[in-house]
Amino acid sequence: MSLNYYQLFDLPPIFNIALATLETNYRKIQSEAHPDRFVTASSADKLKSMQLATLANEAYQTLKNPANRAQYLLTLNGINATNESNTSMPADFLMQQMEWRETLEDASMASDILTLQALYDEMLAAAKGLAADLAQLFDEKKDYTNACETTRKLIFIDKVCADIQQAIEHLD
Amino acid sequence: MAYSDKVLDHYENPRNVGTLDKNDPNVGTGMVGAPACGDVMKLMIKVNDDGIIEDAKFKTYGCGSAIASSSLVTEWLKGKTIDEAYAIKNSAIAEELALPPVKIHCSVLAEDAIKAAVADIKAKQAAKEAA
Repeated sequence: MSLNYYQLFDLPPIFNIALATLETNYRKIQSEAHPDRFVTASSADKLKSMQLATLANEAYQTLKNPANRAQYLLTLNGINATNESNTSMPADFLMQQMEWRETLEDASMASDILTLQALYDEMLAAAKGLAADLAQLFDEKKDYTNACETTRKLIFIDKVCADIQQAIEHLD
Repeated sequence: MAYSDKVLDHYENPRNVGTLDKNDPNVGTGMVGAPACGDVMKLMIKVNDDGIIEDAKFKTYGCGSAIASSSLVTEWLKGKTIDEAYAIKNSAIAEELALPPVKIHCSVLAEDAIKAAVADIKAKQAAKEAA
């Protein structure tokens, strides 16, 4: 029997999870599966505890990040948000992506850390807004079609965020 | 993972980077994106009255393979009819650039950008005829 990530942490399969419960139950599993407890155990038990620790790690990273959590929740509902043959996104969203990318590029070239930070704040605000939308789409409306589109947007924004952080580190 | 020489060539010397006047009735714009890697691609084509593509420009934010795929198609598009352009397959792009399997989606993105640009120009033409 294999548990899904939600079952592993004893969480309901929703978007708006209790992050404190996630944290507590993750730590509990990590401490139960800690190698120190298995020093004298059989190799089968050692292996099992190691697999559990790995699974818990993976599950924790997935559920902790809103974009990953949304993507995983869609998978549980049989939807692949990052299907490679689906490249269409709302035109206004792509246009905005282009503008953000241009700002990032120009600011990196000009070593303009203030603009980079402002852009990063803008991204975080946009991500927060999308996460609020996702909570509603998943948990209240059960509208997986629109949840998928919103998830795709959030994945894009996460990527821009990562690239901005990289640009800032590069300048520091 | 190593890029092929052709990918590197297009990546280091991308052809036809830029934009055309999106309000020009003879210019079609295609915008596509791939959330898996966060790539965004904008392709613009300028079509003359005979339905031949006379100019193509692109702007892509993404990995080397995505940039190379879009750079390559701008070269291919010039001189083609819009129907010929529409028939370009991602497999031809992937083959020309020797893209590895994990980068095939970059060529899909380029094919979809062409299709979106052609659809845009056709919609503009239809609107012009209806007017």
